[in-house]
Amino acid sequence: MLGKAKELANELSQDICAVIIGSEIRKFCNVLSTFGANKIYIAEDGALKEYNTEIYTSILTKIILKHKPNILLFPATKIGRDLAPRVASTLKLGLAADCIKLTIQNGKLLMTRPVYGDNILADIICPNTRPQMATIRAKMMEKAEPKQNESAEVIKEPVNINVDSFKTIVKEKKKTSIPGVKSIDEADIIISGGRGVGSKETFKIIEELADVLNAAVGASRTAVEAGWKPKSCQVGQSGTTVSPKIYIACGISGTTQHLVGMKGSDVIIAINKDPEAPIFEVANYGIVGDLKEVVPLLTKALKEKKI
Amino acid sequence: MRFIVCVKEVPESIDVKIDLKTNKLQEEGISTTLNPFDQFILEEALKLKKNEDEIIAISIGTPQTKKVLMKCLALGADKAILLSDNVFIGSDSFATAYTLSKVINKIGDFDIIFCGQQTVDGNTAQVGPELAAQLKIPQVTYVESVEKFEGKKLLVKSQTDDGFKIVESQIPVLLAGIPPSSFTPSLPPLRNIIAAQDKPCIIWNFENLDGPKDKYGSVGSLIQITKVYYPPPREKGIMIVEEPITAVEKLIELLTKDKVI
Ligand SMILES: Cc1cc2nc3c(=O)[nH]c(=O)nc-3n(C[C@H](O)[C@H](O)[C@H](O)COP(=O)(O)OP(=O)(O)OC[C@H]3O[C@@H](n4cnc5c(N)ncnc54)[C@H](O)[C@@H]3O)c2cc1C
Ligand SMILES: Nc1ncnc2c1ncn2[C@@H]1O[C@H](COP(=O)(O)O)[C@@H](O)[C@H]1O
Repeated sequence: MLGKAKELANELSQDICAVIIGSEIRKFCNVLSTFGANKIYIAEDGALKEYNTEIYTSILTKIILKHKPNILLFPATKIGRDLAPRVASTLKLGLAADCIKLTIQNGKLLMTRPVYGDNILADIICPNTRPQMATIRAKMMEKAEPKQNESAEVIKEPVNINVDSFKTIVKEKKKTSIPGVKSIDEADIIISGGRGVGSKETFKIIEELADVLNAAVGASRTAVEAGWKPKSCQVGQSGTTVSPKIYIACGISGTTQHLVGMKGSDVIIAINKDPEAPIFEVANYGIVGDLKEVVPLLTKALKEKKI
Repeated sequence: MRFIVCVKEVPESIDVKIDLKTNKLQEEGISTTLNPFDQFILEEALKLKKNEDEIIAISIGTPQTKKVLMKCLALGADKAILLSDNVFIGSDSFATAYTLSKVINKIGDFDIIFCGQQTVDGNTAQVGPELAAQLKIPQVTYVESVEKFEGKKLLVKSQTDDGFKIVESQIPVLLAGIPPSSFTPSLPPLRNIIAAQDKPCIIWNFENLDGPKDKYGSVGSLIQITKVYYPPPREKGIMIVEEPITAVEKLIELLTKDKVI
């Protein structure tokens, strides 16, 4: 996100400011500076450890009103997509969701986002309200080059919290992603399996390929439903939208609900025994064959090639 | 208790086309359905409903949107309200949330507002949180199930970026729902479809709401769509139809040549 912000800020000759809200977050200032933040607004309090829509909104709206940014970007994560619209509506600001491209046109932010799955793109501007707001698929934007020895100005923001006034409380939290296992929204390479994998045991061959490529394991909804993989692995309309550098779909037919979640990948490789499978329509490389034979061979070949 | 479910009519297939003459989306003549996320959350609301409770489905749409509201009634909602007026055309998520808040305020007391997490067409996932902000009530998004509802407290399971959380909320609250992978939308039986004919489906227009006209529709919207177009087509891919071992060799050769790996 900072990479994109830097590009926009340079074009407009404006500052790049980062906001961090939470507890024990000072440690992030360094990395934010390295990636180009000029100023960092920091709202820190033990009570902010757990994300809470209302209190985060109240802090962020105060920061916005005080510092009056021109553009405000959020990652299109679940938290980003919960917080951004709440803030936008509270301050009566326009907001574009899940953008894949941001440019400056006539001094205004031009936001490009997919609608109808990824079948159609729409260009959007915010004619009258400031800040111009967008949630963005950060993975689709170029990462900033880190620069050592940069140090941003850190500005402490006042925090006033009355925990008793919280109307919602998180009672329990559970990670279904397994520690040490790459999650699909951060991986550069994803190997996904669908119904064609056939069983939980056979998913091993997908995992082995992922291991060799240091990739994350994804799944179609059918594979998640069958209990072969946790929900956090699901790619698609009701799962996660991903846009890695390489997406390998094994035994996935390529229904629109799945395609919308991965069509943005740079390179798509499909392995499917049905030459008519719609996944081949979006694949850059397609192998028609039985994944149970192809995948282990691919793993072996890549291992030998030592990638 | 009164539950209000916000539903939207969406195209059955998201493979919509752009009318190259007007540069607008071709919306006529395509078959439509109840947004699947909305059907899911309606079914969650129905699970909570006890005899004395009332479920009202509301939708902003065209006169034909009555069809999806009739489906909500057949699925078990008690009453439906359709907002249909040219004034509402061109609403962005903010104006949609504003209109829904006006409808809800007119309905009066409520305990839980249910929204889909997102629509399959616009897919902004913004209307729910924007509506909750305008009604000044808390929100829980990415709700997969309502675990418990007792007294004035609700326990819901909601998805997070790396798993899930259990959230306790007071009412009134707005829940935005996303189906778990096990969800299959139910089809109402014929007798319920027939019985739905006798349930109230009220149609309101702009005149029935208060609020100045310039707060609605495209005039009341804060963003402006300047262009719609097709994404650049993906380059035609290379199909490899060979024995597995040869296919793998060929793939690696291609990937190396194209500098993918
Ligand atoms: C509201 C809604 C939301 C949805 N959200 C999602 C979502 O987020 N993500 C998602 O993925 N789906 C989603 N779906 C479901 C989607 O419509 C499909 O049902 C699902 O994607 C199909 O999964 P699949 O490709 O694994 O299975 P299938 O469509 O059954 O395809 C299996 C494929 O594997 C191939 N195959 C079988 N055996 C082998 C073998 N040995 N070797 C090689 N190939 C083989 C077959 O040729 C076939 O093409 C959603 C549906 C609805 C209604
Ligand atoms: N026109 C509408 N009428 C009623 N509810 C709507 C309308 N548009 C959106 N919603 C609700 O808001 C949710 C999120 O929609 P969206 O922000 O458009 O992705 C939907 O699932 C509905 O519950």
